[in-house]
Amino acid sequence: MSYLDKTIAEIKLSLDKNETTVSSLTTEAIERAKDYQEKLNSFVTITEDNAKNQLDNLDSVKDSPLKGIPYALKDNFSTKGILTTASSNILKDYVPFFNATCVNKLYNKGAILIGKTVLDELAMGGTGTTGHTGPVKNPWNAKRLIGGSSAGSASAVASGIVPFSIGSDTGDSIRKPACYGGIVGYKPTYGLVSRFGLFAFASSMDHVGCFTRSVLDSAIVTDAIKGKDEKDMTTFDSSNINLTANINNDIKGKKLFYIKELVDRNNYQDDMDEELDQILINFDLIKEKCKNLGMTIEEVSIDKNLLKAIFPTYITISCAEATSNNSNLTGIIFGPRGAGDNINEIMFNARTKGFSELIKRRFVLGSYILQKENQEKLFLNAGRIRRLIVDKMTTLFKEYDAMILPATGSIAPTFRKEDIDKLSDRYLLLENHMAIANFGGFPSITIPSGFVHNMPIGINITSGIKQDEKLLNIANKIENALTYKGQIAGGEN
Amino acid sequence: MNYEVTIGLEVHCEVKTKSKMFSPAPNNYNENPNENISEIDLGFPGILPIANMEAVRKSILMAMALNCKLPEKMFFDRKNYYYPDLPKGYQITQNTKPVGINGYIDVYVADKVKRINIHDIHLEEDTASLDHYDTYSLIDYNRAGVPLLETVTEPCIHSSEEALAFLDSLRRIFLYTNISEARTDRGQMRCDVNISLAKKGSKTLGTKVEMKNINSFSNVKDAIEYEIKRQSELLDSGEKIVMETRRYDDTTGKTYRMREKVENLDYKYYIEPNIPPFKITEKLINEIKEELPMLQFERINKYINEYELSLYDATILTKNIETALYFEEVIKKGVEPKIAANWINTRILGYINKEEININDCTFKTDDLVELIGYINKNVISTKQAKDIFYKCLEENKKPSIIIKENNMEQITDTNAILSVIKEVINENLDLAKSYNPERGRTVDFFVGQVMKKTKGKANPKSAMDLIKEELLKLIQKN
Repeated sequence: MSYLDKTIAEIKLSLDKNETTVSSLTTEAIERAKDYQEKLNSFVTITEDNAKNQLDNLDSVKDSPLKGIPYALKDNFSTKGILTTASSNILKDYVPFFNATCVNKLYNKGAILIGKTVLDELAMGGTGTTGHTGPVKNPWNAKRLIGGSSAGSASAVASGIVPFSIGSDTGDSIRKPACYGGIVGYKPTYGLVSRFGLFAFASSMDHVGCFTRSVLDSAIVTDAIKGKDEKDMTTFDSSNINLTANINNDIKGKKLFYIKELVDRNNYQDDMDEELDQILINFDLIKEKCKNLGMTIEEVSIDKNLLKAIFPTYITISCAEATSNNSNLTGIIFGPRGAGDNINEIMFNARTKGFSELIKRRFVLGSYILQKENQEKLFLNAGRIRRLIVDKMTTLFKEYDAMILPATGSIAPTFRKEDIDKLSDRYLLLENHMAIANFGGFPSITIPSGFVHNMPIGINITSGIKQDEKLLNIANKIENALTYKGQIAGGEN
Repeated sequence: MNYEVTIGLEVHCEVKTKSKMFSPAPNNYNENPNENISEIDLGFPGILPIANMEAVRKSILMAMALNCKLPEKMFFDRKNYYYPDLPKGYQITQNTKPVGINGYIDVYVADKVKRINIHDIHLEEDTASLDHYDTYSLIDYNRAGVPLLETVTEPCIHSSEEALAFLDSLRRIFLYTNISEARTDRGQMRCDVNISLAKKGSKTLGTKVEMKNINSFSNVKDAIEYEIKRQSELLDSGEKIVMETRRYDDTTGKTYRMREKVENLDYKYYIEPNIPPFKITEKLINEIKEELPMLQFERINKYINEYELSLYDATILTKNIETALYFEEVIKKGVEPKIAANWINTRILGYINKEEININDCTFKTDDLVELIGYINKNVISTKQAKDIFYKCLEENKKPSIIIKENNMEQITDTNAILSVIKEVINENLDLAKSYNPERGRTVDFFVGQVMKKTKGKANPKSAMDLIKEELLKLIQKN
């Protein structure tokens, strides 16, 4: 057994007791990253030199729960002097000259960056298959994908390369790959963690979050990176929030709810298969566990049509914002310069060459959605649906402590695209409901809850704005009632 | 002319702040390209805008100065378009809720008051500046992200004189409120002109032609006049005006077509998600209101009504707030307004304009002027002497009293002293004195001249003349 296989909290104890050293942990993490690279393709860059530099300077870092802990970072976070590609050809040689706020915070806490991870190109996508360096594979079964867009960050933690990684979540880009990878994925309240340095996808829904192998570890990591940032006007003062300290509070009497329409078998008569059946059975089991923990759990009904509108609403808003946010990628100031006789041609050619077809399709959609004649019908209506959903949830969070649901309606899919019917109820309801948390900026966490066909599945718990302490507290208690804490793909489970 | 001209102006003015609109990069004039920049101005991946509260306050102040209605909350929008001078690919501006709407200002056009209606005023960021050469272009990002206030008038202007009067008044407001240095020579104030001609009496406006980015007021005037002539000639010959964007070339004094405007470009505006809208509180409004000084138009009217100055004098005195405050201080210290106005408008402004300094940097302070005018009023010095003393004060940086003393310039106002000199002169020219005829003045002039000569010009000429007349009269009556 390696100390690297443990959780952050456990590794820290071992470090303090001198059972292992920071240097050997880092070396092993880099070795694993290299060893697994061919099989999993988790990394765009393995940052060995950076890790060495950080190790050399570690003495000057004040002790912290993350001091000496190796981690991986999604390649859409700006890192000074380290290649940052967003897994897109348009940024394939881009080396930033400034750090994202969360990168600085982790550096100051002594966490060791060992690699930049693969994502769906520009974080747009949910499969982890569209990065410019190729698809990321699921460590539980390399024939399956791990989901995205934070694919490499998920596989790096699920495979035991690092005990934690940083990702970004605009629709469910942390929480879905966490589910497919059998690990914890947590997206805090909007504004708890600074987005400065995160390459923007859809600013109103982008969140910085983490992957870990325990809920406690998610609390530790988030406590280290949260805080008001003068470089991000949407951050808030959270000095009164301490996730780690409140993780073991008593949860007796806490009130949970789930949305009837999302887990009602009657809604999936056409889509029902053994996989979905098992997922729903697992959810019933989790409900029982929650009751055994002294919580109540109630069924809440929400208009099915509103729920089915979540995915189209998400696509509409995110494509529109993405089109604008990525307009800086012209090759004029940074990135590969396009050929051409005039400035417009140069920009045109840089973008034509730099983006994949999939991305161009999203930009065309986004542009169409924002056009004057379509704005009212598409963009503004999507905003109204978003508002309806958020208002409904906000009302519910006044009555209930949290919402609990199956994280997805399937196990990690194979690489064959035809497996997914994007107009099915199963896809529209159970596969994409987690964007609710992005609409409202609600804190939301996915934890592993079992296995179907030898692939991990998970549950998602979401709470009201700034209720992160309570959310992690509940998630921690449920995790403790289950047996998947700390699990690693190919490990003893 | 058979046509009625209708003009709307869009005036961009850079706001004076320590840092840029959405980044901490310095906002000051820099001759060296690409030094006042940060990753935010250049739109590198991962950057976020931070709204500059100093600029926000100044925008609210300007909205108040233009009598605009303020929104409840401060909102920013994105205006999306591709151009190399726009690093992010979008400009952060205000579209849905500008900082001010439905305002107006009154301006003097010659001696008539004209109300210019303001459609809106909004806060945004400037773009980079581009220099085009034969085979390449250079980009300077120093200007990218500089806070910019755009003032949009209603199409309510009907001549180049009105346009110019408005631009001048607007510039004065920027200066009065210290919102901007509004220097056209540094491109801090730029103007787009929309102009259309319609048959006199027509109820609909003619086809609009836009002229972009005119960088001086005299060019605005010339461009408008050229366009009026060009469009009139076209209409006279039965041709149609094309909706288009034109460029004014100040070397030829003509306008040239840049592009035909098929329809308005779609900028795909939407609310900037990275700047949460924030409330413009009553407290903030009251705080900012305190900062709003009495502006030029009100001051002109006050000077005319309360101080009985001419429009001309009042206008000159109020051109900048420092001069107006100087004038008002002098008045407060008891000087008659017309005399104060006369001194300031001729002597003091003449001097500071020549030296290209601000009135506050002039060593001749209000106390000095009050003192100097006091000496004239008390007949200590003549007006002519006062003028010399004024320049000596400036040259030697001394108080008027010192200059008077050092140069022995006090007038002889003592009647007895003057009288004894007069008697002396009369005795020396007794024949002439006896031939004095009160109906003819030349004899008196001669004696005044002689008295001034003997006193080396220090006798008060008015007193001297009165006394001479008296003495000569006595003499001829005696005979």
